[in-house]
Amino acid sequence: MGVNKDKNSYTVVFAALMVLVVGSILAFLASGLLPTIRENERFETQQNILYAMGVNENTADDVGSVNRIPTDKVEGEFTNFIKEQLVIDESGELTKNDQAYLIDLKKQLANKKKGKPFKLPLFLGEKDDKQFYVIPMYGKGLWDAIWGYVALDDTMTVQGVYFDHKAETPGLGANIKMRYFMDDFSGESIMKGTQYSGIAVAKGNNDPLNKTKDDNEVDALAGATITGNGVAAMIKESVNLYKDYLETIRVK
Amino acid sequence: MALLTKKDAGLILDPLADNNPITIQVLGICSALAITAELEASIVMSIAVVFVLGVGNVVISLMRNIIPSKIRIIVQLIVVATLVIIVDQVLKAYAYELSKTLGAFVGLIITNCIIMGRFEAFALANGPWKSFLDGIGNALGYGVILIIVGFFRELLGSGTLMGYPVLGDPILKTGLYATGYENNGFMIIPPAALIVVGIIIWVQRSKNPALVEEN
Repeated sequence: MGVNKDKNSYTVVFAALMVLVVGSILAFLASGLLPTIRENERFETQQNILYAMGVNENTADDVGSVNRIPTDKVEGEFTNFIKEQLVIDESGELTKNDQAYLIDLKKQLANKKKGKPFKLPLFLGEKDDKQFYVIPMYGKGLWDAIWGYVALDDTMTVQGVYFDHKAETPGLGANIKMRYFMDDFSGESIMKGTQYSGIAVAKGNNDPLNKTKDDNEVDALAGATITGNGVAAMIKESVNLYKDYLETIRVK
Repeated sequence: MALLTKKDAGLILDPLADNNPITIQVLGICSALAITAELEASIVMSIAVVFVLGVGNVVISLMRNIIPSKIRIIVQLIVVATLVIIVDQVLKAYAYELSKTLGAFVGLIITNCIIMGRFEAFALANGPWKSFLDGIGNALGYGVILIIVGFFRELLGSGTLMGYPVLGDPILKTGLYATGYENNGFMIIPPAALIVVGIIIWVQRSKNPALVEEN
């Protein structure tokens, strides 16, 4: 090649061209795939909300795996089981909103922190003639965000939860989305007396099978202290966000 | 071999044992510590690295005559990062569940020193076919160690393999646990990976004394 590759001008031109080529490839790819990705995320949100209220394909003989409603059926099931989607705004006013499940809780919490108007989504479900109140949660794990849904009944007893995470350590913190951890929460109460105290993820509560349901505690995951604490903090913060609403439906 | 010449076969086979990226070149230790608490994660990571290193080596090799040497490291980094993002986006659109499993590894793949190491040491000086074989070989060598470490850490630390309980239930005391056996909680924290890798290095070198460095 006749070009002198050590010249600064060559380096600059090469860098500029490379950025242009790589940038356009990624931009085309991202905008081309965006609709499909968005749809996947939408289905997943519906799956997770339904999972928390016990609408899933878990079977009694396979206690190890989490089986959500398949994506091809989830939209129909979502309209079957979720009777109402509500939005609570900064003044505590409730409005119906059929798109409430698409609200990005992270943004709303950031708005709340800055004192801007915000909208908190809430889902009223009905299964086997029982009312479920599904609350979304968002918090911090060890490396990145964790989030999930908790389904409550009118006594503030947890009927089911779903947790997910962005980048917790595989084998340790990532196990918050394992069945054995999520199942422990069912039956626990988020109330201690009249306080919305949430549920602690405790080490050494000497109850690995989680038989005591009145201690506001579940057994922690070994080696995942910070993720576990993050889950506990997330539950406490989230139920307190919805405290005013929950007080109106709570059976005292 | 008819398909590969002896030298080409060596490119694939050497990194599996006598020139293993982890145990001999001591590269990629960081990701080996981070994700080997579970066998499944080790396997997913291995497959991802085979793909990225195989394709990345070819791309770098094709570009080797036009890359200005002053910014070659940055160029290599861009190639890895672009490949990883493309894979991630395509998986998100067409294999959403798999992409969620892979989520935690994306950053680890980009910063994996084996990838940069092979670009720098091999692909910049060799043709695409050879670079491809070298990439696959080194990624497999990395994967083999990852899977061995993952196997022992998950088995001894959690008593499961691929999430399936093979030793019985530690809480209900069934299977092996009935005899008084306990899971070793140390195995699931990252330092245990160093010890397992250390043992592999020890076994490998005592079997083949030619690998032991002279002091």
